[in-house]
Amino acid sequence: MLDTPVLTAQDFKSDIKPIWCPGCGDYSVLTALAKACAELARPRESIALISGIGCSSRLPAYTSVYGFHGLHGRALALAAGVKLARPDLTVIAAGGDGDGLSIGGNHFLHACRRNVDMTYILMDNQVYGMTKGQASPTTAPDWCESKLTPEGTGISPVAPLLLALAAGVNFFARGFAGNPNDLARLIVAGINHPGFSIIHVLSPCVTFRAEQRAWKQAVHASDAAAPATLQTEALTRFAADDGFTTGILFAGSKPPFMPPRHAVRTAADFERDYEIACKSDSPSIGVSHLSAGPGRRGVTLPKSAIDLFNNATA
Amino acid sequence: MNNISRIVVCDGNEAAAWGVKLSRPDVVAVYPITPQSSLVEYLSKFIADGELDAELMNVEGEHSVLSALQGACLAGARTYTATSGPGLAFMFEPYVRTPGLRLPMVASLVNRDMLSPQCVWGGQQDVMTVRDAGWIHMFCESAQEVLDTVIMAYRIAEHPEVMLPVNVNHDGNYLSYGVSRVEIPSQPVVDAFLGDKNVNWHAALDPDRPMAVDPLTGGADAEGAARFVAYRQSLCRGMQNALEVITDVHAAWRCASGRAFAPLVEEYRLEDAEIALVTIGSMSGAAKDAVDAARAAGIAAGVIRIKTFRPFPVEAVARAAGKVRALGVVDRAVSYGWNCGPVCQEVQGALYRTGRAIPVLSFIGGLAGADLTGAHFTRAIEATRQALATPPEALAPAPVWLNARDEGVLR
Repeated sequence: MLDTPVLTAQDFKSDIKPIWCPGCGDYSVLTALAKACAELARPRESIALISGIGCSSRLPAYTSVYGFHGLHGRALALAAGVKLARPDLTVIAAGGDGDGLSIGGNHFLHACRRNVDMTYILMDNQVYGMTKGQASPTTAPDWCESKLTPEGTGISPVAPLLLALAAGVNFFARGFAGNPNDLARLIVAGINHPGFSIIHVLSPCVTFRAEQRAWKQAVHASDAAAPATLQTEALTRFAADDGFTTGILFAGSKPPFMPPRHAVRTAADFERDYEIACKSDSPSIGVSHLSAGPGRRGVTLPKSAIDLFNNATA
Repeated sequence: MNNISRIVVCDGNEAAAWGVKLSRPDVVAVYPITPQSSLVEYLSKFIADGELDAELMNVEGEHSVLSALQGACLAGARTYTATSGPGLAFMFEPYVRTPGLRLPMVASLVNRDMLSPQCVWGGQQDVMTVRDAGWIHMFCESAQEVLDTVIMAYRIAEHPEVMLPVNVNHDGNYLSYGVSRVEIPSQPVVDAFLGDKNVNWHAALDPDRPMAVDPLTGGADAEGAARFVAYRQSLCRGMQNALEVITDVHAAWRCASGRAFAPLVEEYRLEDAEIALVTIGSMSGAAKDAVDAARAAGIAAGVIRIKTFRPFPVEAVARAAGKVRALGVVDRAVSYGWNCGPVCQEVQGALYRTGRAIPVLSFIGGLAGADLTGAHFTRAIEATRQALATPPEALAPAPVWLNARDEGVLR
């Protein structure tokens, strides 16, 4: 038996040098992710990292695992597709607040609902960095530094934690890019937690939001003894959250999504159903839509059964 | 009357913003995307400075942008937005509805190449992908033409015989960020030129005549099908009417502004030309320089620049092409499956009207922000001249790829 080489964090980084601005929080996210991958001790080819569009979505190119640079906002839909096709892979989606909560906002809600076993690293800097500093869905309404909205947006920001909880997320942790060791621990916990997990990372953009350097003083560990485990409990606990509470904030126990599997039905099954239908008051129940080929649930109907029904109803 | 208020040095995005500002839209909606983002930031500045009285909606994606503007336009607003490449792709669903709704919107497409591979640079694959959606498309060569065409676009779109949305295309990178001298028309000139705003007379929110716009139309019954066909025919009529309207509006703008632009097709040094390059957008300047150099060397070459691409000016292209014996068409996009550029494909369609099967070469370059230089056009002129001696059926049925790896000296 061959020895499995022990991979270090460095092994999970590619040779491509990131082109993020100096001081960008995303460097630390890359470090934390590589560290988490090493800690998980999984082969590089067993991990898939899917991103959207934006500064933070460049992440896959800088790692050595499977990567795909997707469309703006679509990382979660893509990642779910990868996971359904290859359930053996550890699937991680990554992107920013502008990507995941605006155009991707719809996918964000439905990924929380669907609870596919994958992890979403949401790097939040409350700004569109790649297009040079416009307000994002998490930007405060009175931020006036954008050329596009010089008097502020005047619209209330999205709170990713509350949004995710309301939509039924199964795991939510918040970390700070300035603390990559803790962040790596959160990423590992998220990946190990069954179902859909979100790692919300406060990742400063020092280019367009220089004031975010003060986040280092603003973040604080959750003072709860343990993560909330019930949706209602978490919603109560974090209703007035300041957005800077770090740690594992919610760990639910919903079973991960599995596509419903229906047993293949035989002609005998259909004949039995037909007998039941004929005995009932509505003899045509369940037969009017029958046709050859895959049915509504992907079940291929045997032709003999269809003929039987069609002749019976003719 | 002094028709110029000031002269500035600005890029194409700012020039477009000036054109929009002078056209006094009521509602602007936008989502940031490279290389468009700065354009609407200029507009935002005009609004913040109190120079433009418009609502600016900073929404959550391009799909919402155009949906919001459809609502605004149905409610009587003059609207504006700008987008690029993937933003246009995301806008597609409301985009294809806009012409059928006969909403006279104006939107800038700051042309960007399409994914994949991932790319944020200029190219015209975005607009060529939507060429049959029913929008009018005009392409600009200079920042000045961008400004002037945006203003003209409102008059064209809102013309009662047209009532169709207009895309004013300007190339990403080269025009969006390229800086040049631009004359800013004075506001009274533009106000007089555009006249009264009346964008929703056909579908107004009118308390005396409430109606639900765009119910299901069509179906298998003869009446439903005929009604649907009637709408399609009406859209086609609007599109064909636009050829004359665009020409008239350019003439009127020349009187108002003192600046003249070819409305449909620009013929450059075409008299006594043996061959011509067909160009579109910002590349045309370099092509004209190459033609000047060729002329100085005794080569009878000219340029046919497509200004209006939809409606396609079949007669004008055929007339221009009828003056030469070979064409080299330079595209910044690909028509997959035709193995040539989309402009080349369309020019060949127009040539049918001339009854002359002259050699036509397809050149594809300037993809993903690549520079199309004078050297590229000089080579295109040379190759087109060589094609003069080749029967059309003997020409290689493949494009010449400018900027390709095997091209050596021209890269």
